[in-house]
Amino acid sequence: MIRALASLAFLAATGAPAALDPQAEARAQALDGEIRCVVCENEPISQSTASIAADMRALVRERIAAGDTDAQIRAFFADRYGDFVLLRPRASSLTWPLWAAPLLLLLLGGLAAAPLLRRRASGAGEADPAPDPEDDR
Amino acid sequence: MEGDAVTAELGAFLLSLALAMSLAQGALGIFAGWRNDARLAAAAAGTAQSAALVLLGAFAILISLFLRSDFSVAVVTANSHVAKPLLYKIAGTWGNHEGSMLLWCLVSATFAALLATFRGAMTQSLWSRAIGVQGVVTAIAIAYTLFLSSPFARLDPAPLVGRDLNPLLQDPALAIHPPLLYFGYVGMSVPFSLAIAALMEGKIDAAWARALRPWTLLAWTMLTGGITLGSYWAYYELGWGGWWFWDPVENASFMPWLAAAALLHSAIVTERRGSLAAWTILLAIVGFGLALLGTFLVRSGVLTSVHAFAVDPKRGYAILAMLSFFVGGGLMLYAWRAPRLSEPSGFVLVSRESAMVLNNVGLAVAMGTVLIGTLYPLLLEALTGRLISVGPPFFNITFGPLMALLFFALPVAPLLAWRRGDLVGAWRLLHWAAFAAAGAAVVVLAIVRGPLWAAFGIAVGVWVLAGVALYVWKRAGSFGRVAALPLAVWAMVAAHAGAGLFTIGAVAETSFRKEQSVQMLPGQTVTFAGRNVTLLDITPREGPNYSAQRGAFRVDDRAVSAERRFYAVSGMPTTEVGILSGFAGDFYIALGSPGEGTVGPQAWTVRLYFNPLVQLIFIGAGLMGLGGALGLVVLARRRLAAPAAAASAVPAA
Repeated sequence: MIRALASLAFLAATGAPAALDPQAEARAQALDGEIRCVVCENEPISQSTASIAADMRALVRERIAAGDTDAQIRAFFADRYGDFVLLRPRASSLTWPLWAAPLLLLLLGGLAAAPLLRRRASGAGEADPAPDPEDDR
Repeated sequence: MEGDAVTAELGAFLLSLALAMSLAQGALGIFAGWRNDARLAAAAAGTAQSAALVLLGAFAILISLFLRSDFSVAVVTANSHVAKPLLYKIAGTWGNHEGSMLLWCLVSATFAALLATFRGAMTQSLWSRAIGVQGVVTAIAIAYTLFLSSPFARLDPAPLVGRDLNPLLQDPALAIHPPLLYFGYVGMSVPFSLAIAALMEGKIDAAWARALRPWTLLAWTMLTGGITLGSYWAYYELGWGGWWFWDPVENASFMPWLAAAALLHSAIVTERRGSLAAWTILLAIVGFGLALLGTFLVRSGVLTSVHAFAVDPKRGYAILAMLSFFVGGGLMLYAWRAPRLSEPSGFVLVSRESAMVLNNVGLAVAMGTVLIGTLYPLLLEALTGRLISVGPPFFNITFGPLMALLFFALPVAPLLAWRRGDLVGAWRLLHWAAFAAAGAAVVVLAIVRGPLWAAFGIAVGVWVLAGVALYVWKRAGSFGRVAALPLAVWAMVAAHAGAGLFTIGAVAETSFRKEQSVQMLPGQTVTFAGRNVTLLDITPREGPNYSAQRGAFRVDDRAVSAERRFYAVSGMPTTEVGILSGFAGDFYIALGSPGEGTVGPQAWTVRLYFNPLVQLIFIGAGLMGLGGALGLVVLARRRLAAPAAAASAVPAA
């Protein structure tokens, strides 16, 4: 943490890095939306007006200018500030249940619904499709 | 202050009285249901109505304490100030933990009174049991308010000034958003009461589902309105151009909404086919559980957010105990009684009811995903001490495809008949919607050059919208007869079309928004999103309880102003953004602070956004709410027509 702050102080002293080309800037803005401001109440650095968020935005651009990939930049921030700053949680032994949950739920829902649905009418017992009284009300 | 000395005490007395009355209502109602006794049932109904009036009195007293700025009352001191405008003195009543809990009680009692007044086609025992359960819900909420967060607690000595309402909340939309959301949250207690009452009865039939639907629709419509207002408020007040952040507090209101939406559809199947009864009951219990969970998350201090007024672990435990009591008790009763509910053998795969099952699977999985995403960081921290964040990227990746799956089936369902549908016939109509969706995708990919997922998302929205239009066309048969379609059709059409418009707006805004932060000197012009923005000047302005810097801008040839306000009492700055709405989207300007950049002390930070089609999000959500309101009219009409028919069916007690 202290090293991170020191590096931010250094960055602030040397000024913001040179402007990026539009494509890189778009990348930077997308990353800004995925990194959480460390002093705010659940805000990404793209939204925050805190000065540390401005410093973190500058840091994103610095890493992009240095040629880092998006994954490297995410890892860079997670190493400095902890996984807490990543609004897109990294897949790991701790987070796989989270990422697997929607698929598991969908599977569970499908299994629960399957017995209800039959392929075809069982024949004599079914009445003809009735008109829809509610729709006509 | 000079207010008479007993007002707050009178409020506390009325609250205690309401507690006793709600307990009596609970006992009377449940006993009346058990004995099927008409006189006891009438007594329970009367008690419910009186309890609501008593709570209304208590709430009126709290409002009057705020209006008179009686700083001997702790909650007034903490949340009000003499210089605050009248509207926000009133809104301050519920803009804090204690007052909002009193509102919770009032709303719960009001729903009990409504249930007591509008019996509709319910059998007497179901009706009185539901009133009884609703009485227990109200009583527990009042006990919590009275003993753990009383709004009538005094301060001694009384301070001379108050600490003011959180300035972010001093906004007209925020005066209405919380009560509407509360009506929605607490409204979910009525389906819960009806579900518990039905489990006590051990019998669920079409009449029960018919009784359930208007209450569910009422809660859903109010949740829709409350969430939409909150989102719109975030959009124009928080100054970052966004409208939804998947914040745990937003999720807390969204989960009951999803449960209510699923319940609306499953109740239709239960009413029309006498099927899915157990599932409908389960949804009603879970829906109220999620509403309570929302209260717990917001009020226990486990989250930090603009909504988290109370940071008191004792309160958190109490709400958690309440949640366990209602959900745990409800589920136990469910496990005991639900197996007795008869389920028919099944549905034909291609039928309206199968489509409704698909709808419920989709909504329930979406609800579960939001629930797990919201609770996972809390659980992980509790179990391992590791802090992680689950934010918008996770929800966009998981929730988006689930909704796409759901919306893929949406236009098909109304075209399928009950019992046995005709998929080929539906496709004969819907292939036009598929063409429209494919066309939209091509436009997004080839002309706008958007990413693949944006093309897919917009295509899904167009598919829903075109599918709904084709349904209208089919039902009417000709253009001339469109206006003569029954209101029930329009209710469904409005809600579904709203979902389609919302999808288009949400995908367009998320994938094509532009933003830029610039340092501007007065007189300077920058070009953004194809427009020339000039900062004309910045002038100071004094409001009733704040001082502001107003930036006057010119965007091409139109004037816009954006403000930065400073509330002296609470020491908080807020933004008032300037928005130019156009057909293609909103041009959105937020004024930052002066002299923080490298340009010099005269320069102001200005944040510029272009949010394409963002108004569709709010129009779509509003249309869903309108659909709900129209549906309520339809169900109310039917209910007025029903009692005569039902009265002859129910044997005299």
